[in-house]
Amino acid sequence: MFANIDLVDLVETSLAGLGTGALLALTGVAFVIIYKATKVINLAIGEMLMVGAFVFYGFSAGLALPIWAAIPATLVVAALVGGVIERLMIRPLMKDNPISVFMVTIGLSSILIGLAEIIWTAEPRRLPEFLPSQPVIIGEAFVASKTAYSFLIAAAVVSALITVFAFWRGGVALRATATDRAAASSVGINVAGVFSFSWMLASVVAALAGILVGSVGGISSAMGLFGLSVFVVVILGGLDSIAGALIAGLFVGWLEAMVGRVFGGEFKLVATFSILLIVLTVRPYGLFGTHEIERL
Amino acid sequence: MRIATAKESYAADEALFKTDTQRVWFAALIVALFAYPLIGSGYWMFLAVLVMINVISTTGLNILTGYTGQVSLGHAAFMAVGAYCVAFFDGRFGTPVLLNLVIAGAIAAAIGILVGLPSLRIKGLYLAIATLAASVILHFVFLNWTPVTGGLRGLNVPTASVLGIELATPERLYWLIMPIAVVMVLAARNLFRTRIGRAFIAIRDRDISAEIIGIPLFKYKLISFAISSFYAGVAGGLWAYLFRVVTPESFPALASIFFLAAVIVGGAGTIVGAIFGAVFMTLVPELLKLIAALITPWYPDAPIYLAPVRNVVFGVLIVGFLIFEPMGLAEMWRRIRRFFALWPFRT
Repeated sequence: MFANIDLVDLVETSLAGLGTGALLALTGVAFVIIYKATKVINLAIGEMLMVGAFVFYGFSAGLALPIWAAIPATLVVAALVGGVIERLMIRPLMKDNPISVFMVTIGLSSILIGLAEIIWTAEPRRLPEFLPSQPVIIGEAFVASKTAYSFLIAAAVVSALITVFAFWRGGVALRATATDRAAASSVGINVAGVFSFSWMLASVVAALAGILVGSVGGISSAMGLFGLSVFVVVILGGLDSIAGALIAGLFVGWLEAMVGRVFGGEFKLVATFSILLIVLTVRPYGLFGTHEIERL
Repeated sequence: MRIATAKESYAADEALFKTDTQRVWFAALIVALFAYPLIGSGYWMFLAVLVMINVISTTGLNILTGYTGQVSLGHAAFMAVGAYCVAFFDGRFGTPVLLNLVIAGAIAAAIGILVGLPSLRIKGLYLAIATLAASVILHFVFLNWTPVTGGLRGLNVPTASVLGIELATPERLYWLIMPIAVVMVLAARNLFRTRIGRAFIAIRDRDISAEIIGIPLFKYKLISFAISSFYAGVAGGLWAYLFRVVTPESFPALASIFFLAAVIVGGAGTIVGAIFGAVFMTLVPELLKLIAALITPWYPDAPIYLAPVRNVVFGVLIVGFLIFEPMGLAEMWRRIRRFFALWPFRT
């Protein structure tokens, strides 16, 4: 069970893990955007990522668009999908209890999987290569180029989002809505608009993560399972903290890679979910989340 | 035509059957259940047995989610525990069927209590994800505890036999499963006439108030988890006797969602709701199969799309019911009943 592991191996595994971790963080950020603005636990985030990857597949392989056209087209479609979901499923339930909305997202994930399989069938596919294939060498350690580049892209997007939310008016509006819906509304913030926008933005970010995840590991209708690790990430980092999602994402990615390397791949999910259970019991609001859970 | 039902005591208001009409209908239901094997055969008996297993399991989840307000995304894993228990004890020791089912329920209940432990600290959505975590871990145990669970290949389950009679076919299993289902559903109905059941409802409606009026939340949440998993364990055990093989893939995470959907569609927090939901959700895929078979001559690809269409239909049912009929089929049923109870004075 214990493979012989030397230092270079350790570094390579860590780097690969951080690569996956960046994607987890990116998806986690998408989750946090929705949670922050609308207080919806979106269990379908993995499936939204999957749909983004498939739409990209449709544009790049199906319609044979070049990459520079396929990616923006995918993001536009993703934004539309996010907006439609918010309008049709989330808004009618906004005044109901949060558990109904949460269950709606369970239904949503089932719908998205079904639709993807109807349109593209359940067979796994490969995305066209668009990242440079030269492996990156850091010291003595090899890093697969896709992992390295997706890490860079994810890092760039997450930092851009953090900056945007800190300084841009829309970001401020979103944070205001997150803090107090009624107060935000009374100072003239279009709360419904913020809701729509947050779902569209999250859908775009998730689709971007989907393209990157798909380009590393191929796409299939089951790739929404990636979302399972994302829940661990967001709970670890705190549901409403973008920085928390970033740090927890990198950590969970690294941990999964290490556990997979040392004990074998089937231990990955168990390790992360065991951590999840511990975190839930010890520090339910996560590392950076708002302390709002009542203890009873 | 019934004008009104005057109740003169609290006991009358809480009775299992409040009116004679209800008694008559219940008697009719029991007669129908006994008569069903006379009409049904083969496939129809299989469906009936499957529906009843799902009714038991959905009733269990309804106790936890519908009545106590603790959303669980791990219900199918508890069923799997029950199924493995039955496979293990019957296959290894040849213990009697009813004992196996009780063991299956008890072990599932014990694990349910374990999974319910975090409910001390967390609730609502966090708890749902904690139960999801528990089901991932249980799945891992099924896959890797090879000496007991048979690993990836799973376990074969011997034919159920009661008093020397082999229950190899759904026709025969019906006589084992039907009484258990009836008893367990009635037991659940009765549960909510007791102190424990009332406490569950109080916790669901307002946990802080429940605590203040002296309900020890943690204890009752764990009891709820235990009872709910007991139902799942028994249902899983019966499932094992029906399908005769248990593998880690027998109860995927999707199955948990299936039961949650059944609770929502049927109507959370009502006993008839769990029954309606389980029947409805079990029969919808069969209906889809039927439709696929009907349109195959014109559209040969139809069977390929069966699984994804099923997913979409599940999702649309969950979303649609939550948005348009949050109280589920039980609420429609109540409206129909009210119509007849008030007829012809008000419609």
